[in-house]
Amino acid sequence: MKKELKIPRIKNGTVIDHITAGNAVKVLHIIGIPRSTSSVVSVAINVKSKLGKKDILKVENRELDPQEVDKIALIAPKATINIIRDYEVAKKHKVELPDEIIGIVSCSNPTCVSNAKEPVKSRFNVIKKDPPRIKCYYCEREPEDIADRII
Amino acid sequence: MSFFLIRMDFKGKDIISIKDFSKREINYILDYAKEMLPYAKGEKHKNILAGKVLSSLFFEPSTRTRLSFESAMNRLGGRVIGFSDPSGTSQKKGESLADTIRMADSYSDAIVIRHPQEGAARLAAEFADAPILNAGDGAGRHPTQCLLDLFTIREEKKTIKNKKIVLLGDLKYGRTVHSLAYALALYGAELSFVSPVSLKMPNEVVSECKELGIEPISTLNLEKAIRDADVLYVTRIQRERFPDAEEYNRVVGSYKIDNELLESAKDKLIIMHPLPRVTEIDPEVDKTHHALYFKQAFNGVPVRMALLSLAIGGRI
Repeated sequence: MKKELKIPRIKNGTVIDHITAGNAVKVLHIIGIPRSTSSVVSVAINVKSKLGKKDILKVENRELDPQEVDKIALIAPKATINIIRDYEVAKKHKVELPDEIIGIVSCSNPTCVSNAKEPVKSRFNVIKKDPPRIKCYYCEREPEDIADRII
Repeated sequence: MSFFLIRMDFKGKDIISIKDFSKREINYILDYAKEMLPYAKGEKHKNILAGKVLSSLFFEPSTRTRLSFESAMNRLGGRVIGFSDPSGTSQKKGESLADTIRMADSYSDAIVIRHPQEGAARLAAEFADAPILNAGDGAGRHPTQCLLDLFTIREEKKTIKNKKIVLLGDLKYGRTVHSLAYALALYGAELSFVSPVSLKMPNEVVSECKELGIEPISTLNLEKAIRDADVLYVTRIQRERFPDAEEYNRVVGSYKIDNELLESAKDKLIIMHPLPRVTEIDPEVDKTHHALYFKQAFNGVPVRMALLSLAIGGRI
């Protein structure tokens, strides 16, 4: 039997696959969609896969820069970025957390200076990539609930 | 300082966290601090920081840290500007810390800062060209205290490696003990943590010690812990770090050091305390040879003289 696709194939654009189930909306937020694009974006949540459930995002007519998308590894460490050209996968990239995360996660320490009215963005050093562990550059606190602390 | 040691260049270096320094660098600072001792006592004089200005920005109360920094700068011939109460500054008008730092940076050659928010010194370093010396940021780091504690233990015990060191009291909120536990583990000390359950050492700090190859013992039993200890490091239960008064009242006075307790301790046990103390060490202990906390407080001067000299750039 032919496998049924929950979201139709796209001709050109970017497919982000293998997003940790339930985190697709947060991923959109991290990569600035829909603020930064007028493209059609399709979202599938809790799609069955070989390894359980996953989320999928399809952004039409826009090729996302894999380096720009790498930061989603914070909440979707297994995600892959597929650049689609004329229905074919032209490039495939597995996300990898950069060494530093700036302006995406707020510090879990209420008395951290990065939570005060200072002209700085939150800043974290990545101490482990998978599963992600980050440490505040300012107060050295390690937030346990990264997904809940997305700004 | 040994002439065989290569001179390390610390000029302009920020002193934010003890973790920013290697053991070799710490040893270098401690050796240089030892050289500073006669200058700190006023027995020798050298105005190596003449013409230099230190900004002393204390957004939180302090006695020892502020006075010893200011004494250190004065002893080396430098001048100090600053405040010990932020209510007289533009911070009251809503000025950001970043802007205050920019100003102090243009007025001075180094900046000492104590601030109630964790990470404040790290932030200050982003907005200043002059070196930042962290004099305590909230419940966070206090590297110069850590260095003077290491200096004191090394002076008294000659070495830190394999010494049995008990950290007692508020191990959760106490900013000195977190850095100190890390640094002592770096030196290979045997660590015991004694505290009320609600104030125990954060797991993060315990893990750091383990990563350095030290397995700290956590216990509630002080009497047993000090029996074969070389150093007992006592901290105050800090009212200002408690989210609510009820929790504070529950644990304050949990442990008290007095002469009766010390009967079971080794003769050469030294007792340290970052001060101020409240009730945790009975004044009767002050007269015993165990009491080292006042000498420890004095050691803040040579250590801070060494740091100012290295960071600003003059050498004795």
